[in-house]
Amino acid sequence: MTTLDVNGKLLETDASPDTPLLWVLRDSLNLTGTKFGCGMAQCGACTVHVEGQATRSCVLPLSAVVGKKITTIENVGAEAVGKAVQDAWIAENVAQCGYCQSGQIMSATALLATNKTPSDADIDAAMGGNICRCATYVRIRAAIKRAAAALA
Amino acid sequence: MNNDKTFSILNVSDQPVVTRRGLLKAGAGLSLAVAAGPMLTACAGKGDATGVLVPGPFLRIGSDNVVTVVARNAEIGQGAFTGLATLIAEELDADWNQVVVEAAPADPSKYANPGFGPMQGTGGSNSMASSWEQMRQAGAAARAMLVAAAADQWGVPAAEITVSAGVVTHAGKNKSAKFGELAGRAAKLAVPKDVSLKKADQFVLIGKDAARVDAKAKSTGTATYTQDVKLPDMKVAVVIAPPRFGATVKSFDATAAKAIAGVSDVVQFKHTVREGVAVIARDYWTAKKAREAVKVEWDDSKAYAKGTDQMFAEYKALAAKPGVEAKKTGDVSRAGAVRYVEATYEFPYLSHAAMEPLNCVVHITDAGCELWTGAQLQTMDQTMAAALLGIKPEQVKINTLFAGGSFGRRSNPKSDFVQEAVAIAKAGGQGKPVKMVWSREDDMHGGFYRPAFFHAMKAGVDAQGNVVSWEHRLVGQSILDGTPLMPPGAPIDPLSIEGAANLPYEVPNLVVDVHSPKSEVTVQWWRSVGSTHTAYATENFVDEIARATGKDPLELRRALLKNHPRHLAVLNLAAEKAGWGSALPAGKARGIAVHECFGSVVAEVAEVAQVAPGRFKVERVVCGVDCGLVINPNLVKMQVESSIGLGLGAVAQGAITLKDGKVEQSNFHDYTVLRMNQMPAVDVHFVTGADKPTGIGEPGLPPVGPAVAGAILKLSGKSLHALPFTRSGVTLV
Repeated sequence: MTTLDVNGKLLETDASPDTPLLWVLRDSLNLTGTKFGCGMAQCGACTVHVEGQATRSCVLPLSAVVGKKITTIENVGAEAVGKAVQDAWIAENVAQCGYCQSGQIMSATALLATNKTPSDADIDAAMGGNICRCATYVRIRAAIKRAAAALA
Repeated sequence: MNNDKTFSILNVSDQPVVTRRGLLKAGAGLSLAVAAGPMLTACAGKGDATGVLVPGPFLRIGSDNVVTVVARNAEIGQGAFTGLATLIAEELDADWNQVVVEAAPADPSKYANPGFGPMQGTGGSNSMASSWEQMRQAGAAARAMLVAAAADQWGVPAAEITVSAGVVTHAGKNKSAKFGELAGRAAKLAVPKDVSLKKADQFVLIGKDAARVDAKAKSTGTATYTQDVKLPDMKVAVVIAPPRFGATVKSFDATAAKAIAGVSDVVQFKHTVREGVAVIARDYWTAKKAREAVKVEWDDSKAYAKGTDQMFAEYKALAAKPGVEAKKTGDVSRAGAVRYVEATYEFPYLSHAAMEPLNCVVHITDAGCELWTGAQLQTMDQTMAAALLGIKPEQVKINTLFAGGSFGRRSNPKSDFVQEAVAIAKAGGQGKPVKMVWSREDDMHGGFYRPAFFHAMKAGVDAQGNVVSWEHRLVGQSILDGTPLMPPGAPIDPLSIEGAANLPYEVPNLVVDVHSPKSEVTVQWWRSVGSTHTAYATENFVDEIARATGKDPLELRRALLKNHPRHLAVLNLAAEKAGWGSALPAGKARGIAVHECFGSVVAEVAEVAQVAPGRFKVERVVCGVDCGLVINPNLVKMQVESSIGLGLGAVAQGAITLKDGKVEQSNFHDYTVLRMNQMPAVDVHFVTGADKPTGIGEPGLPPVGPAVAGAILKLSGKSLHALPFTRSGVTLV
C-alpha cells in the first residue's frame, strides 16, 4: 500500500508504483473529476496540482508523488483562488462538453496563484498545454480575467 | 411536429436525404421501432402516490417543486439540455432555478427526433428546430393542468389565473401556490389536447441568456461522463485493433498477458465493422500494460494498404472523367465564356478527436443489456447491440451520459464503438459490467473520419466579366453508403454534394457531378458534414474568380446573390460590422465567406495579420448569423465560437494521412488541433425577425476556413487549395 496526500487527506492505494497518478486518482481513489484525454501530456485534461504546480498526472508515476501535496478539481475550490476561478467559469458559461474543463481550471488556478494580473501572453503561455476541442478559449480567457478581477 | 413530412438526417433542411418511407424500408431488417403520433395526445396525465405530475414524456413536476425536464437530445456540449429546458420552462412559466434536466431513456416510441423519423438521436443541428413546437407544447400542457388544478382548488375560473416564475396566482382571491403544491391535484386531470402557445412578445426566457444548466457540474469535476462510470464488479477493457482497415485476426498469443496480476481475460471480438482482440482487467492501467504483452498476427489480405498520396493521385485521375450528375442548369459548353478560371482542391481525412476518447460501459444480463455511454444515436445503438446479442432492441437499455465532445463521432451510423464494447462484454464479460476504454491512439486510429475529397472546379467568364458557367466535380467516399441510412436506390449520397449542388450563386450554366470511390477506410459525418469541404471549395473559388476578374470579393458575391436575401443579409451584416473596405494597417487583410447549411446562413469576415513570412494570426472573426429565432443568444454565440475554433484548427493543421494502409498520426503531438494562442476574437451579430429557430451547432463552421484563406490570399498572393494550410507552408500562430 502507498499513502498519498490528496486534497488534504491521507489516502491509501494498492496501485503499482509505475501507475500514473491519473489512474491512481481515477481508478483507485474514485476521484474522477481529473480526466483522461491523451496519456502523453499533450492535452492537459489530467492537470492537477503537485505542491501547487500545474502538473500532467497522466505521465507522472505514483512513485514520484509520495509525500507531496496533491490537489485535484474536487478540492481546488477550497482555496480562494480556485473558488474564484470556478465561479468565473460558471459566470462566463465556459464549459460546453466540459470534459477538458477540470484541467483548464487547474491550469488557470495555478497561473493566478502566482500571477495576479496575467496578460494575454501570460494566459497563452500558461494555458497552451490545455486543449479544448469545443474551442472555449475565448471564454477561458474571459473567465481568467474575471477571476483575476474578483481576487484583486 | 409533423411526422409525415419528409425528413432529413444530418443535412440541410431544404435538401431531404432520406424519406421516412425510405428509412423504414431500409431499416426494416433492423426492427426499428416507429414513433407514435404527436406525444401530447398519445399520453394521458399520470400521477403517483407522491403527487408527481407527469404530463407526458418530456417533463415531470414533483411535490418538491422541482421541474425535471427529460431531454430527448444528448448533451454533447452544444447546450441542448439548456435549450430544451428553456422551451419547456417558457410555456410552463417556471422559475429557471426550479428546473433540472436529465437525459431521456432510449425509447423511440416517446423520444424519436421528429427530424429523424422513427429514430431517437441528436444531430443535424436540429435539436432546437425539431423541438420548437414539441417542447413548448409540453410546457404549455403542464401549465394548463396546473392552472386547472388551481381553479378547481380555489373555486375560480381558470381564465382569471396567472402564472409567473413558478407561482400560480389568483389575484382577486389573493391566492397563490407553487407548482409543487398543485402537482398532485393536477396529476389527476387529463392532459389537454389543444394548448395555445405564447406570442413572441410574451416570451420571458426565450431570447434571453439563460445560464447553462450544466455549468456548475462541469466546472467542479462532478459531471459524469462514460469514463467516470464505476459499477460493482466492473472490469476495464482495452482493445488491440487492426493496424490496417479491413485486416482480420489470424491468431493471437495472450499467454504472457494472462499471467499479469489483475488481468481477467484476453478475448477476440468481432462485429459488423471490424474484429480485434481485447484485454479485460481490473483497471485501465493494468489492461493497458497487459495489452503490450499480447502478440496478434493479422491477416492483411483484404486490408487497405495504400497511402494518402496514391489515394489523391487516383482521385485526381477520376476527376478527369465525368461523374454522376448531381445538378445541371443550362449548358456549360455554350455559356459564351471567353476565358476560364480553374482550381483543384484537396481535403484530407479528419479525426473528430473529441476530448473524451470513445468508450462505453456494457452489462449483459439475463434480461438483456444495459449500456452507459455518451449515446447520440440511441435507436441505432439499441438496434446494433441487440442484433449482436440476438435480443430485441427494447431489451437494450441505454443510460445516456454527458459526452466529452462528439462533433458527429458518437452518432455512428454503424454504432461501431457501442458494438465493440458489446462484443467484448459478450466474449469476456462473464455477466459482469465491462467498461471499454479506447486510448487516444485507439481513437485516432479508429476510423470514421471526415472523408477525404478532391474537387476540380472551372468557371467561365464572358467578355463583360460576368460568371457564365460553373463546373464542379467532387471525388470522395460516401458516408451513407453501406449504412441503413442510405436512401434506397439513390444514385448519389446527398451528404457528398451538400453545399455544392445547392450552390447559391446565380450562374446561368452549371454542372455538379461526383465520383464516390469505395475504400476500407471508414468515414463519417464531421461537424457540418459535406459543408466542411464544399463551402471551402466554393467560397475560395469565388475569391479566385474575384482575383482573376479584378473584383472585390464582397461585391462579386453580392452580384451573384441578388435573389438570395438571407445570404445578402448576413453578408452585409458581417461586412458592415467588420468595416469591410475600410483601411487596415500594413500587413493586415480581411477575407469573407458565406454559407448555408442546416437551415441557417452564416457569413464571416476574418481579419488576419501576417506576423512573419508564412506565419499569420487570425485576430478576429466577425459573423453575421441567420439561425432563425434566437432562443439563447449567449448559447448561440458559444456555438459559433466553438465552430470557428474547430473549423480553423482543421483547415490550418488537421490531417489524418495513411502510409502503407496505416494511419500516420496517433495523438495530439502529430494530429495538432487549435490551441489557446491561435483562437481569434469572435464577434457575433444576428439577423432578427424570424419566428422559429434553425440550426446553429454546425453552420458557424464552414465559412471560417475560406474567410481566412481569402485574407491570406490577399496578404501573400498564396492560394491555399491543398488542405491543411501547413502543406503550403502557412502556419497560424
